[in-house]
Amino acid sequence: MTRDTPLLARYAESLFWMARYLERIENLARLVDVTQTFESPGRETESWLAMIRINADEEGFAKRGMEMTAENVKFFYLIDRDNPTGIPASLEAARTNARTLRPLISTEMWMQMNVFHRDMLAIREDELQGDRLSRLCSRIKEGVQAHTGITEGTLFRDQGWDFYQLGRLIERADQTTRLLDIRYHLLVPGGTEERLLAELTQWGGVLRAAAGYHAFRRVAPPGFTPRDVVSFLLRDTCFPRSVALCVEQMEFHLGQLRSRYGLRGTVAALERVEELRAGLLGRPIEKIIADGLHQFLDGVQRDLIMLGAEIGTAFFRDWRPLAEAATQSQSQG
Amino acid sequence: MPPTSPASPPDPFDSYEPGGYFCELLRDRPADGGAAARVRARISAIGLEALRARAAAAENDLINLGITFTIYSDSTAIDRILPFDCIPRILTAPEWRQIEAGVKQRVAALNAFLHDIYHDRHITNDGVVPADLVYTNANYRPEMENFPVRFGTYVHICGTDIVRDETGSFLVLEDNARTPSGVSYVVENRHLMSRAFPDILAGMRLRPVDDYGRRLLSAMCEIAPEGIDDPQVVLLSPGIYNSAYFEHVFLAREMGVPLVEGADLVVENDRVFMRTTGGRRPVHTIYRRIGDDFLDPTVFRPESMLGVAGLIGAWRKGNVTLANAVGTGVADDKAIYAYMPRIIKYYLGEEAILPNVQTNICREKEGLDYTLANLESLVVKPVGESGGYGITIGPRASKAEIEVARAALIADPSNWISQPVINLSVAPTLTENGIRPRHLDLRPFAVTGRETWVLPGGLSRVAMKEGSLVVNSSQGGGSKDTWVLVDETVPADFNQGGSAI
Repeated sequence: MTRDTPLLARYAESLFWMARYLERIENLARLVDVTQTFESPGRETESWLAMIRINADEEGFAKRGMEMTAENVKFFYLIDRDNPTGIPASLEAARTNARTLRPLISTEMWMQMNVFHRDMLAIREDELQGDRLSRLCSRIKEGVQAHTGITEGTLFRDQGWDFYQLGRLIERADQTTRLLDIRYHLLVPGGTEERLLAELTQWGGVLRAAAGYHAFRRVAPPGFTPRDVVSFLLRDTCFPRSVALCVEQMEFHLGQLRSRYGLRGTVAALERVEELRAGLLGRPIEKIIADGLHQFLDGVQRDLIMLGAEIGTAFFRDWRPLAEAATQSQSQG
Repeated sequence: MPPTSPASPPDPFDSYEPGGYFCELLRDRPADGGAAARVRARISAIGLEALRARAAAAENDLINLGITFTIYSDSTAIDRILPFDCIPRILTAPEWRQIEAGVKQRVAALNAFLHDIYHDRHITNDGVVPADLVYTNANYRPEMENFPVRFGTYVHICGTDIVRDETGSFLVLEDNARTPSGVSYVVENRHLMSRAFPDILAGMRLRPVDDYGRRLLSAMCEIAPEGIDDPQVVLLSPGIYNSAYFEHVFLAREMGVPLVEGADLVVENDRVFMRTTGGRRPVHTIYRRIGDDFLDPTVFRPESMLGVAGLIGAWRKGNVTLANAVGTGVADDKAIYAYMPRIIKYYLGEEAILPNVQTNICREKEGLDYTLANLESLVVKPVGESGGYGITIGPRASKAEIEVARAALIADPSNWISQPVINLSVAPTLTENGIRPRHLDLRPFAVTGRETWVLPGGLSRVAMKEGSLVVNSSQGGGSKDTWVLVDETVPADFNQGGSAI
């Protein structure tokens, strides 16, 4: 049945972006956490360099005029309010969207957002040190998870919910590809048994960062290899952070918008999702890896950007001039 | 040595001394049925320390809930809460009867006045109000001439600023007939009170305040263009950076209507639409919280980014209703205020139920001369300003400030009015130094569609600084929960569901 509760385009866009920013924050915390576990004595900088690279933040980091050290990278993502891709700026953006959405979201969502925001603005540099960093990352993750839980339990389930979920899923899929990519950047050629074990330890770190370690062990074949880990993170539709599950759910929410709320304009986005799914599941994982995992992940990231743009064009664009919409999606995307 | 009895904590009211002012809690009012004495006793029983701790927790709640307004100064924006004082202000049933009747009368007179000046101009032709004061007023809108509004209602939402002098008489200080704000705090203060101080509220028979959104929505539906069965109402806000954004959110939520910004609306063929995910949807009533000047860049300020191009055209075609109507600012101007008792008499044939504060109009020679001769004892106010800006309080001003005011008066007399200093009533207020008297006013809110309804109570604004008479939130004022006691002498439904909490 088609329900006829109109949703302002601006609200839909804010829901989409609020969810994206929060998902990004959670994943940044996961990335920081796993990067720290990759630190090996004397080579700390390399791991943190990789984090800058997989987030495509080389230019932004250079602009801040800081030396490439582990401390500076942590500062850049966790404290630096002038870094538009860091946690403070993302949280600021999420809160601004929440503020726009106050007529729509629950008071409990808004209150948690305020408290989380205040907590995050109070992070000090000494919290980036040693064992405190991991605890800080947990606190950040829990802040977003509290938001997610409150939202699940209190946000009214009209079409706004679907836009919220689309934002979250696109960001989550993107972040999982980046999490995979961080491992790629550390890949050193060679194939001794010793190397394989060392690699598996690091893949274990990636799985833990994605909260997938135990689930992976349950489904992994005996004598699993890194290929199985890649397959799990990309294609296991039982794993909440896998790209394939995200894509499947995107399809569901786009379908809801079309069938339940009678929204036209989902065609391009649904086609894009179909392409994504075919790319992910249409050929064996061995082939994907052999053709170059990094290139493949790049392609997925590009498709996700296009998907976001197609949703924006179909549903958000009308409330402001086109040109402005284009710059906005660039700066936010 | 005899055993010492354990010292009981001192009564926080021990050092409370309202002096010659009318005290809103302690002044004996038999009609309160002992409510004030009970409140006082309950506060004493809680004790100063616990009161402070609970008040601090309550204010922290407000911050977490984001119940804030924004102050802009020197290019910085700060989110502030409206300081909340936990000692309620009580209005008895007879007091409220007078205020309610007086506010309704005033709203009726304001609407009659606006209809007249935009149509037949009887009142100026009859010389009751000077014509130039009306028709050259910056807030007079020629676009409104001969334009019909439903039920003759121009001022759908009105806030009337009322003070109380040392004898306990209520006086109107100002009408707010444009986009009065503050009603959200009336409702939120009651919520806060019941969360943080349920023991003070317990068993009190009070008129409820949470009916405002439903009443407002009904009025907005009533005034929609004729022939629209199920009108789409929206609230038009300047957006998240506006200082009153929280209130806009509150009102949109309470009415259950979309909060829109100018960019959400579009006018096509003189009809207004909002931009939704499913395309454009028609809009019929706009409760706008932006000023006349910013409504439509094609008619008023061309640089306005807040408004909607073509909105005034759609409105003049009768396809959408604006609340409040355009051009109401001429009626709440401080210069017109001075004539309100005569305006009431002229249209309604009644004396003002709520009198004005005596006002000297400086555009008239008599008023100017008197003001210049008595600057030290008068309050001088610019006309056409709001928010407590530009006021000089003679008895509190330095010699230099008096001379600045004198120069301004002489330079442009018609920009000023003056009034005697009113010894505003006080109410016990929790301060750093314990419970102390603080001056306060009252802003009841009236909603008018076909008829006028007044929200029981209103916003009691408190000057938090000792001795200060300026209650405006932009100047550091706070607020109190305002109780209207149920009228036990009339049938229950007259009290609109008032009941023990």
